Amino acid sequence: MSSTLQAPATGATPASLEAAFARHLEECRQLPDWWLEMKRSAFERYRSLPMPSRKDQSWRFSRLRGLELDRFDFNSTTPAADHAGLIARSNLVSRTAGSMVFSDDRLIHNQPVAAELAAQGVVWEPIADALQQHRELLQEYFMAQDPRLGSEKFAALHTAFVNAGCLLYIPKGVEVELPFIAYHWASVAGGTVLPHTLVIAEESARLTLVDAFFAADRSAPHFACGFNHIFAGDNAEVQYYSLQDWSRRAVGFQINSLVTGRDARIKSLGINTGCSHFRGEHQSLLQGAGSHVDMFSLSVASGEQEMDQRTLQRHLAPNATSDLLFKNALSDASRTIFSGLIEVAEAAQQTDAYQTNRNLLLSPEAEANSLPGLEIHANDVKCSHGATTGQIDESEMFYMLSRGIPLNKARELLVFGFFEEVIGNIDEDEMADNVRALIERKFHEDASAQ
Amino acid sequence: MNTLDIRNLSVRVAGNEILKNFSLTIPKGEVHAIMGPNGTGKSTLAKALAGHEDYEITGGDVLLDGTSILELEPDERSRSGLFMAFQYPSEIPGVSIANFIRAALQARLAEGEELEATKYYKRLYEKMDLLSIDRKFTARSVNEGFSGGEKKRCEILQLAMLEPKYAILDETDSGLDIDALKVVAHGVNTLRSQNMGVLLITHYQRLLNYIVPDRVHVMYDGRIVKSGPKELALELEANGYEWVRDHATATA
Repeated sequence: MSSTLQAPATGATPASLEAAFARHLEECRQLPDWWLEMKRSAFERYRSLPMPSRKDQSWRFSRLRGLELDRFDFNSTTPAADHAGLIARSNLVSRTAGSMVFSDDRLIHNQPVAAELAAQGVVWEPIADALQQHRELLQEYFMAQDPRLGSEKFAALHTAFVNAGCLLYIPKGVEVELPFIAYHWASVAGGTVLPHTLVIAEESARLTLVDAFFAADRSAPHFACGFNHIFAGDNAEVQYYSLQDWSRRAVGFQINSLVTGRDARIKSLGINTGCSHFRGEHQSLLQGAGSHVDMFSLSVASGEQEMDQRTLQRHLAPNATSDLLFKNALSDASRTIFSGLIEVAEAAQQTDAYQTNRNLLLSPEAEANSLPGLEIHANDVKCSHGATTGQIDESEMFYMLSRGIPLNKARELLVFGFFEEVIGNIDEDEMADNVRALIERKFHEDASAQ
Repeated sequence: MNTLDIRNLSVRVAGNEILKNFSLTIPKGEVHAIMGPNGTGKSTLAKALAGHEDYEITGGDVLLDGTSILELEPDERSRSGLFMAFQYPSEIPGVSIANFIRAALQARLAEGEELEATKYYKRLYEKMDLLSIDRKFTARSVNEGFSGGEKKRCEILQLAMLEPKYAILDETDSGLDIDALKVVAHGVNTLRSQNMGVLLITHYQRLLNYIVPDRVHVMYDGRIVKSGPKELALELEANGYEWVRDHATATA
């Protein structure tokens, strides 16, 4: 149970983290001083903070310890010859309001917003470009929410090395129908990716954004540490989708932070299929009265994958609602951890907050851990949490068989039915179909690997 | 040969013998009804024929057009032409009716053969219209959140789409109001043909006013104690199941 997590040897001997950071600073020396200064102090903070251990409440059950980061190359660069192929594979959604493709943290393709949206003040830029023109936005919002679920050290690491990411700013009252999408590719074996997404929706703005995390070679090791921060202003409406399909040998962190203004609505939906060890942290801060947050997640784990997810629904304002549904399907000897907390402050009266974790065990060796929690300081609230772990329902299976559907097909239909409760909440039909295809591919890869 | 032939079938559930030397022959083209009090083994018969693993066959045989089906898995029994409409159909979240029935039909095709989507939907909509099922239901998850009547209509829709050789309708009338019952009965009557044998299992005579059987069998304590023409149902209705009990005791 106490296996040490190590990056697989990659052949090359990457420099120490200190040397990698010095080189990173050198590479971005043309960026503004305040940005570089922030990076330097973040790197110091990274070094001074202890590596999390399973003794910490927020890392209970997690196998992650002794992560030897200097085995990964923090200065990896994708060969130019590979760019076109990766851009062609960045095809999750065909009609977008704007898209960017990054590979090993370098921007390799950028479809800017239409002139009409730009004229209304919509900003969709790589963060490196936005540092000059949108300094105030970045200084106010970049990494402005501290991680509350255990990854302070990785937040510092992310800030120190961040190079890839996008800033999306939607001004007051502007509604954008088509989705924005950022693709992040991990390409070089043994490399690192630190994707960042910052979304600021002003009052009554509306938008959809997709983050896609893909691996060029789905069997190559890499390290990923991504953050996304979403700020929905008063009455704004944001849909955020993330699709984590890093390689099967990757170690990945993804920290998701949502903040609502008055009457704002955010829907966050994540799909996880990749990584040998994945850690997802999802925190929602309902600080606007009457706001609403939906948090959905679907993780499909197989082999010896570990998917470790921690969630927080933090209600600070009255009359706000939050609804969380995290589903895990576990095959082989995979394991998942779900730890969720609903926290209701004294002032947050008339809160409605729900938390549901459902685990489908498809193998006797799979292990699902569930740690739901409530911490309520207000006296007039409706909160509930529930966790279920079970196998395929026998009466449903018999019903399928009794219609002549063979066992394997029946099982596939039932498992995919389990997924639909999450996938069905993807409003973009094309993306929903692509998500289904991606999960199907994983299933068939697993089947052929056996 | 054109029969579903149940011969001296004995079935045990959780250690108790429920069916005892049960015999019944249903020819194609006929509708047979089995009536009987609760706990007499009617649903056990249905589940055992469908191949549910909790129902242990301890004796006898079941021949579908002359071939024993007892060694077949539940899905193989279905593909060989047996259909069961469940008393309590399962809800299957996330699997649409259209995909469910499609998978069942696809399973009946030869390897490499694909169901043609447009033809499939055309036929599906025809059958839905026949059963007064809103076409929007195709996208809904199987039985999820359905009323009792909707579930039963969905069962008959599957029957209509799969065109089995023999259909067993287990308490298809239970929980239905008179309007829903008429719709279901109309569906079954439309599907009645020389190519299908039907076994109606019911507790109440009411269903048989709408689906008129060729033969009625009275079941008691795991076996058939009396068989007769459709009028037997009325006789049973008039005299009650106590009459059956007395009759069974007298002949035992």
